[in-house]
Amino acid sequence: MFDWIQNIADWLIYGILGMKAKSHLAEALNFFIYDSSKILILLFIVIFFMGIVNSYFPIDKVKNYLSRNKLYGLEYLVASLFGVVTPFCSCSSVPLFIGFVRGGIPLGVTFAFLITSPLVNEVAIGLFVGLFGIKITILYILSGVLLGTISGFILQKLNLEPLLTPWVKEVLANAQREQDKFYKEKQPFIKRLPVIWNEVMNILRGIIPYVIVGIAIGGFMHGYIPEGFFQQYMNKENLFAVPIATVLAVPMYSNASGILPIVQVLVAKGIPLGTAIAFMMGVVGLSLPEAMLLKKVMSLKLIGIFFGVVTLCIILSGYLFNIIL
Amino acid sequence: MTRSIKILGTGCPKCKTMSNLVHDVVKENSIDATIEKIEDIMEIMTFNVMSTPALVIDDIITIKGRIPSKEEVLELLK
Repeated sequence: MFDWIQNIADWLIYGILGMKAKSHLAEALNFFIYDSSKILILLFIVIFFMGIVNSYFPIDKVKNYLSRNKLYGLEYLVASLFGVVTPFCSCSSVPLFIGFVRGGIPLGVTFAFLITSPLVNEVAIGLFVGLFGIKITILYILSGVLLGTISGFILQKLNLEPLLTPWVKEVLANAQREQDKFYKEKQPFIKRLPVIWNEVMNILRGIIPYVIVGIAIGGFMHGYIPEGFFQQYMNKENLFAVPIATVLAVPMYSNASGILPIVQVLVAKGIPLGTAIAFMMGVVGLSLPEAMLLKKVMSLKLIGIFFGVVTLCIILSGYLFNIIL
Repeated sequence: MTRSIKILGTGCPKCKTMSNLVHDVVKENSIDATIEKIEDIMEIMTFNVMSTPALVIDDIITIKGRIPSKEEVLELLK
């Protein structure tokens, strides 16, 4: 599927630049051009596709749906699935939280959405396809959805409403299964396209530097770290590897775009995939800046429980990946 | 008539971009408008938006959750 990129890279390096094949530098450059082109193309496709879905499926629609329908236990899964197709920036997490709670959506269901949405986003999916292939990507999406569903379910059972901040409790008391009117954009596709296109370009412009630097560092490490180097420290038998990787990752707030290419190299050099995915989920799904924002609506104790439950679920899925892969 | 523009956002980079853009549009086209930036989350919630940044013109939510183009903002202010 990507042979043509390889041809272009070959032509550029060996033809235009006249570098000798087999030299280390030429091969590294060739790999870099091939890898970054492939990943950028995949990112573009996934982000564009998600932009279209999102344009027809705004968050208000999601909220109204969850608020209106009785789903008999499936609401956690549905909220989690909505999280996949509805990207949101972490600064929207508080308005989103309040909006859901005010619509009478249970706390646990709201959490399910809040967990999956950042975890399985268009950028992560695009990068996963480019770096690890389709099979691993699907596994990642499935486990992200399950993670949100299960964590949301557990959080609901813990009866955490008393731990919300007072003004949110007030909102909760006045909650009703109301249908917010929202200004539906009834526009034909052709009119939506420029808006979607702008968003795609904005997102890409924001992540391209990280992706390029990440791939460059990855490429460098590729050449210098010996094959299987990490195996001795972080093999599957080492039971502490997954929890340590996850706990290290939670306070980190990076663009998945910069870290993923590096993680891919680590996997190639012997770190088990489950451990690496647990690390990724910790980085992407939970972050300190998000915790700071959530302080407006939750007590510290509740944030602690929320992060604790999600961290635990991430660790479990890391083990699960290591067992089945 | 003076238009009233409100920008809702908790201070994330996207919200700042939106704010600068709206200021530019108003200035470049000499539009008679007041621009107010609302950063307090409780006040934002009274507008019933779930994704920021949001652009409110004369108390009507026009754009939410994304950064508009200059042309789009100008169109809305006409």
